[in-house]
Amino acid sequence: MKRFLGFVRKEFLHIFRDPLTMIIIFGIPAVQILLFGFVVSTDLKETKVAFLDLSKDEITRTLSGKICSSGFFELGADLTGYHEAEHVLRKNKIKAVIVFEKDFGRRLISDGTASVHIIADGSEPNMATLITSHISAIIADYNRELAGAGLQQVLLVQPEVRMFYNPTLKGQFMFVPGVITLIMLLICALMTSITITREKEFGTMEVLLVSPLRPAQIILGKVLPYFILSFVDVILILLLSWFVFELPVKGSLALLLAELMLYILMSLSLGILISTVAKNMQQAIFISLVGMMLPTVLLSGFIIPVESMPMPYQWVSKILPPAYFITIIKNIMIKGTGFLYVWKETLFLLVFTLAAIGLSIRNFKIRLQ
Amino acid sequence: MTSREPVITVQNLVKRFGSFVANDNLNFEVYAGEIFGFLGANGAGKTTALRILSGLSAPTSGKVMVAGVDAGRNPERIKRNIGYMCQRFSLYEDLTVTENITLYGGIYGMKRNEIRGKTAALLERLQFGAYGNTLISALPLGLRQKLAFAVAVLHQPKIVFLDEPTGGVDPITRRQFWEMIYETAAGGITVFVTTHYMDEAEYCDRVSIMSEGKIVALDTPAALKKQYGVSSVEEVFVKIARPGQQLIP
Amino acid sequence: MEPSRRACPEKQSFSHMQPVVQALGIGKSFGTTVALRDISFEVLPGEVFGFIGPDGAGKTTLFRIITTLLLPDAGEIQVMGFDVRRDYRGIRKNIGYMPGRFSLYMDLTVEENLRFYATVFGTTVEENYDLIRDIYSQIEPFKHRMAGKLSGGMKQKLALSCALIHKPSLLILDEPTTGVDAVSRAEFWEMLKKLKAHNITIVVSTPYMDEATRCDRVALIQNGRIFSVDTPDHITAGFSRPLLQVKSASKHLLMNALKKYPGTLSVWPFGEYVHLTLRDVLPEEPLPRFLERHGIRDATLMEAKPGIEDRFLELMSGAEPVPEYRKEVNDDQP
Repeated sequence: MKRFLGFVRKEFLHIFRDPLTMIIIFGIPAVQILLFGFVVSTDLKETKVAFLDLSKDEITRTLSGKICSSGFFELGADLTGYHEAEHVLRKNKIKAVIVFEKDFGRRLISDGTASVHIIADGSEPNMATLITSHISAIIADYNRELAGAGLQQVLLVQPEVRMFYNPTLKGQFMFVPGVITLIMLLICALMTSITITREKEFGTMEVLLVSPLRPAQIILGKVLPYFILSFVDVILILLLSWFVFELPVKGSLALLLAELMLYILMSLSLGILISTVAKNMQQAIFISLVGMMLPTVLLSGFIIPVESMPMPYQWVSKILPPAYFITIIKNIMIKGTGFLYVWKETLFLLVFTLAAIGLSIRNFKIRLQ
Repeated sequence: MTSREPVITVQNLVKRFGSFVANDNLNFEVYAGEIFGFLGANGAGKTTALRILSGLSAPTSGKVMVAGVDAGRNPERIKRNIGYMCQRFSLYEDLTVTENITLYGGIYGMKRNEIRGKTAALLERLQFGAYGNTLISALPLGLRQKLAFAVAVLHQPKIVFLDEPTGGVDPITRRQFWEMIYETAAGGITVFVTTHYMDEAEYCDRVSIMSEGKIVALDTPAALKKQYGVSSVEEVFVKIARPGQQLIP
Repeated sequence: MEPSRRACPEKQSFSHMQPVVQALGIGKSFGTTVALRDISFEVLPGEVFGFIGPDGAGKTTLFRIITTLLLPDAGEIQVMGFDVRRDYRGIRKNIGYMPGRFSLYMDLTVEENLRFYATVFGTTVEENYDLIRDIYSQIEPFKHRMAGKLSGGMKQKLALSCALIHKPSLLILDEPTTGVDAVSRAEFWEMLKKLKAHNITIVVSTPYMDEATRCDRVALIQNGRIFSVDTPDHITAGFSRPLLQVKSASKHLLMNALKKYPGTLSVWPFGEYVHLTLRDVLPEEPLPRFLERHGIRDATLMEAKPGIEDRFLELMSGAEPVPEYRKEVNDDQP
């Protein structure tokens, strides 16, 4: 045990002495969270919207007047047909198009219901949600007004929201789960694989192997400091996103932490697996970055939602553990769902972790070569 | 043959890095066709001096003339008149013997016909005929070193700098390598060898020994041994490179 | 044959003792490259046993087999009575190993390195300080310096201290003097000599022939084969021919002429001189006249005392040449 603790102490010394490692562990997560957080603006002020009024009656005029006088929105353009909607959105000045269907007023009075289409620019998911929820609120307000006017029938204006470019609005607050997923992979897999291959490259592994330390002790000694540090890191990220962006964890915190530990464990075992294959640090870095980081960034739904990717990419994303983890953490943090909704993904991660550990143990050699 | 005509003249050479004086007022001459050994302990300032002599670094002060060119003013022109070989990275391991020779010939601006002729002559002289299309990585270390040396003098430089050329080479190859050096020197090319292996020093016409940035001894190996009353340059080295310590036999 | 130990007469009693390392017919290949073939030797308790050979001879591969880091393809090898295949743990506990590149953590201080290795081997620096005092005290003034900032000689001393910290009974040093200046090399051999007093058996490798005389016994190794195992004196004594040393201003012309002389058996440059051996039957024309006829008038001829390197050269030039296209065995990357 003393041997093992001595080994762990040495690992911590390596980490704390290397400015680059410290930056990767503590600097990058903070910068990423702050960067993503502030880039996504949360202010709605005189945002330009366009109207496509196919009815042009009194009620539609009242409604559009209410929207434009709310202070949140401003009339950007009056459109004459659907074909113009995408065009104005693409120009990027107008953030949403509000469409009143044909015979809006007549339907509302005769059928008791009519619908408004809100077409928002989904490429800025945060903005889009804000816009649609504000417009919906204004319409709901108008519904109450109609009801209050003593009309016998309850009249209802139904807003229908459509997103362009990002129909299901998957990017919403995705940056926090995404950053956590990425950072854990970076620290655990990349750093562990580097630190083990470094010992190989500098020849110190030879002496460690010849020492009474058992291979399991060497591996655990390498892994433990990174396990602790990445856990600390996750807590820091969660605190940061809570204090700075008021992003709370909606679901169970205990469940979230348990899932995080599983994911950290998986990343660590991946790192060890890489180090058993890589001959030197260069190879370890290459395998980690090209084999893991790139697919994670591009294919796991961190930046581009999986649903909007071409099918072959979606299949690839199906075998990426980070993609599963993003689903889990998003469900717990943002949707607030419980274990029942994420058990399949958890099981996949667990199986993957066990497989990686099994392979690393098989691959780790008590001898060189 | 050694003449008294200097090809390297160093006067009051000083090289500073901040407050650290790497070369502290060096003065020496190397004559044409001479085999000059440049010795010193680790960190004595050999590498710094070698860089200045080969035009890779400028002196802080002092006058350095290499092959008639002022190293302080015109380092680029020095490079054309010298050859350089160090223990590692001299040849590209993933190119064949012929490709390496062609590459270096091209770098020094030799004509295609000239390269072809020299390549054939070189392979012939080294008895390398069968190796022309062999990758460098497949050659034994000793052969690589010999080839690297041959390539370094391919363009008939006035001076060739050898940086620990025979480290780790077997004794036979090492001697063949020295025969090549003798032949080169006899052909008029000055050979400047840096090493911290003293048995290498015994092969040189003259050796200088550096310690803490200064040249503390410069003479023929025989004269140095006589002066210090010892039987090897190694013992001379231990006496002066680290004063106060004795080599226990 | 009983090797001579006239350097250490007290060791006569060791002859009946169990060898510390006993290798029989070791072979090892990496792919199509044969790194070691039919290697047999014995290391006796308390001796300094040297493997002398150039880079790529197979020294590192052999040391990795002794330290159980690699398995031999053929042959038997026992270290302190343990079999390298089955009892590798027993071996690993009892040896101190210093690999070719000093096995130090460059981002840890001198003291941290030493303490780390002490802990890993289940001991403390204080417990075995006696053994390393002579060596470690020389670098102790720099104990708070990072190992990466030490000079080659100091790194070497620290690595040796680390390898000794658990009081191993067998010390295995792979090229400890490569890349270190002459003074540090001499100091290092002095340290090894002192360690013998602690009953530590030392197996050491070096590419430098002149270091052979520092060992009790040496094995000359080249191209994965051992040429001879004996005491340095015995090896030198194997050189039976008269040896001449010749000197002239132009060694190039001198050697060319000597090679042409019909009575010449071998000519090697040797520092200031050229070492020459002659055939038993000499031509009528004596050598001095032959040299003069070839334009060398300043040649001096003297009888010389052969050194161990002369014998090595003799042994090796009689050996098979390097086969063509033989891929070089890289000691660093098996």
